[in-house]
Amino acid sequence: MKTINLKKILIDKALVIVLLFMIIGIIIIEPSFLQWRVFTDIITQSAVKMICALGLMFPLLIGGTDLAGGRQVGLAAVLVASMSQMASYSNRFWPDLPELPIILPILITIAAVAIVGAVNGFMISKLKMAPFIATFGMSTIVYGINCLYFAKKPNNSQPIGGIRDDLRFLSSYKLFGQISLLVVIALAAVVIVWFVLNKTVFGKNIYIVGGNPDAAKVSGVNVNKVIMSVFIIESCLVGLAGIMEVARTGGANSSYGNAYEFDAISSCVVGGISLSGGIGKVSGAVIGVIIFTFISYGLAFIGVNANWQLVIKGIIICSAVALDMRKNA
Amino acid sequence: MEKYRLKVSNMSKSFPGVKALDKVQLEVKPGSVHALIGENGAGKSTLMKCLFGLYHPEEGTIELDGEKVEMTDPNIALKLGISMIHQELNPIPYRNVVDNIWVGRFAKKGMVVDEEKMKSMTEELLKDLEFDIPADTLAKELSVSQLQAIEIAKAVSYDAKVIIMDEPTSSLTVAETKHLFKIINRLKSEGRSIIYISHKLEEIFEVADEITIMRDGQYVGKWEIKDITIDEVIHQMVGRNMEERFPPAEGTVQEEVLLKVEDFTSAQENSFEHIDFELHKGEILGIGGLVGAQRTELVEAIFGLRKISAGTLTMNGKVIKNQTPQDAIRNKFALLTEERRVTGIIPMLSVWDNTLVVAYRKLADNIIGMINRKKIGKSVDSVCKELDVRMAGTDTLIKNLSGGNQQKVLVGRWLLSDCDILILDEPTRGVDVGAKYEIYKIMRDLVKKGKAIIMVSSEMPELLGMSDNIMIMCEGKLSGILGQKEATQVEVMKYATMFSNKAKEEDVE
Repeated sequence: MKTINLKKILIDKALVIVLLFMIIGIIIIEPSFLQWRVFTDIITQSAVKMICALGLMFPLLIGGTDLAGGRQVGLAAVLVASMSQMASYSNRFWPDLPELPIILPILITIAAVAIVGAVNGFMISKLKMAPFIATFGMSTIVYGINCLYFAKKPNNSQPIGGIRDDLRFLSSYKLFGQISLLVVIALAAVVIVWFVLNKTVFGKNIYIVGGNPDAAKVSGVNVNKVIMSVFIIESCLVGLAGIMEVARTGGANSSYGNAYEFDAISSCVVGGISLSGGIGKVSGAVIGVIIFTFISYGLAFIGVNANWQLVIKGIIICSAVALDMRKNA
Repeated sequence: MEKYRLKVSNMSKSFPGVKALDKVQLEVKPGSVHALIGENGAGKSTLMKCLFGLYHPEEGTIELDGEKVEMTDPNIALKLGISMIHQELNPIPYRNVVDNIWVGRFAKKGMVVDEEKMKSMTEELLKDLEFDIPADTLAKELSVSQLQAIEIAKAVSYDAKVIIMDEPTSSLTVAETKHLFKIINRLKSEGRSIIYISHKLEEIFEVADEITIMRDGQYVGKWEIKDITIDEVIHQMVGRNMEERFPPAEGTVQEEVLLKVEDFTSAQENSFEHIDFELHKGEILGIGGLVGAQRTELVEAIFGLRKISAGTLTMNGKVIKNQTPQDAIRNKFALLTEERRVTGIIPMLSVWDNTLVVAYRKLADNIIGMINRKKIGKSVDSVCKELDVRMAGTDTLIKNLSGGNQQKVLVGRWLLSDCDILILDEPTRGVDVGAKYEIYKIMRDLVKKGKAIIMVSSEMPELLGMSDNIMIMCEGKLSGILGQKEATQVEVMKYATMFSNKAKEEDVE
């Protein structure tokens, strides 16, 4: 009995174990990888990815996905950047716009992506579209809208700069001189998502809809409402990620966020969140993101060619999905 | 107080090609057990799904305690006090017993789910019902009868006025069934009404107070249980004489053994083991047994869909191996699967394509596999004609055909593949009575041509009416083979439950 359990644990955690070995390998090749500065770098880089992964976790848990996740990051980035430029900046997106209280552009941006999420949810719950194809279509729509807005005169598709300090503050202010507020936001999001998924009826219903939608329906769970809420929450989270990207980089353009959903889904799968729905923990998403960032940072750190990094990442993703299928066969 | 707790009148519901309910009525008294019976396809489950808000009937009214109600959604049914044990078990595999029972109505403390309270409620409920199942087990780790117990506990926990039990004993042992009856009697004494659906007539005479019989989607009548006998019930259910329902056998069974199955044992645990039988040319061999007898598993293994750990197949005196369906097709086997919609039809393709799924490669016999539509079309047309498939043309999408016609197309699919042994798993499930007869006629024609048929069936009349020999399985073992003359409902049931009674006693200890 014990040996069977050991084997099961090995299959369950195989990927995490292999990736930990890779990190150890990186450390052996380049011992200077083990320094505080590298660690804080990785943590800061993880922050935005963390929010994206937490967001994508919601549709994954109901057995769905959101291929428009990355494009929503981009839309949010351009929207919030266009509304929070310094008044003194020469190439303003809205030349006559006064400096709004910073919360206003943030709220408008979140509201805009929430609408995208609601449409996704509507297509998947009411129109019964497959999440893959519905959100795939949505990704093109969102990107198109983003480019149209971005090409508006007088901006003419120029990168947006001159972001106000009260937004950049999120990234420039360092707690204890080390950790940026982005990390604090990510941590807070982790705690809140954990609470929602584990402690509230809504969270339980997400797992139940993902595990067996028919059972949920006959038990009186409003399945469509759960699906709608899942996509709206997810969009708000990736929208937040877009805002954090602007704070981090001090600018935005329409290609921001491209393919972020793939990194997020990969991290989730590496962390044991099943693509078939109903299974997965927040701790899994956290571990997935951190390991993923460690590997990409580490590979760059020891000078692995960027194209090879892509190949390695791809192999990790395929292995993760293959293992997921084995586990839940 | 109202005379009836629940009153359904004039309810009708159609599906494409089938009138599932035709002006049906149902009257259930408070504090009583009301049995609802009828053959498969009589419309019992459809009626219950309408009552529970899962289907929306075209016409008809539902009155609860004299008040007219609209059941648009299961949520409303549950709120109005109707709960249901569903025929198909519906566990949420990776959630524990607590979540599976309270899904849809979690206890809350402020905005947080009150896990402790729910756990103690679950333990109390299970203890009260005398089910010995730990509350924190994941559903995927429970046995089928434990899952059934959870369903029962869940239905009871709604504190409902009307509890619908759709085949609640399908996977229960005799001892567990007795346990359920004890629970039912208690619920009854509390003034609740129970609608009890079961195929097991003995059970109904043991537990029910009244009985409503349905046939072919229509209401036949209502009786007090003390005023009716089992024979009368069967007569009312079937509604016609046995002989008329099946085309007569024509003595087609030949001496020659076509297939010999020896010591067939599944590679999986708790599946079939040591199965031996012979199939003759021109024979229809019925396989009977209860749910869980592993009949589907056996025939799927013969067809190479499941792995075996032991066993040989001898066809025409030669040992063959069906390790994959491809092997089986090459060896001239055919399998009509149990779930027509899931593993049979390809809904969005035409009848043409559906007929040719197996035979495409054979009929397009040039080197690059190019399809000569004209040439192949002849085969398709002739087989559809032979089987009398009713449709606008072979370009019709198969999903637009009725169940019976879909089934005929699937038979045609295998005829084009030139098979010798047809395995039919529940060939008339979800098929109209009229179309059933046509399928039976096709089966008779096929055996006349020297083909052999293995038919898995859960419908007793079909099993008795069509089989030359009936092989009965119980809990994965072969419990007996009966010739057509010696086979009766009672005999078949005896063999179908042969090992389970013993097994039960052992279970209890």
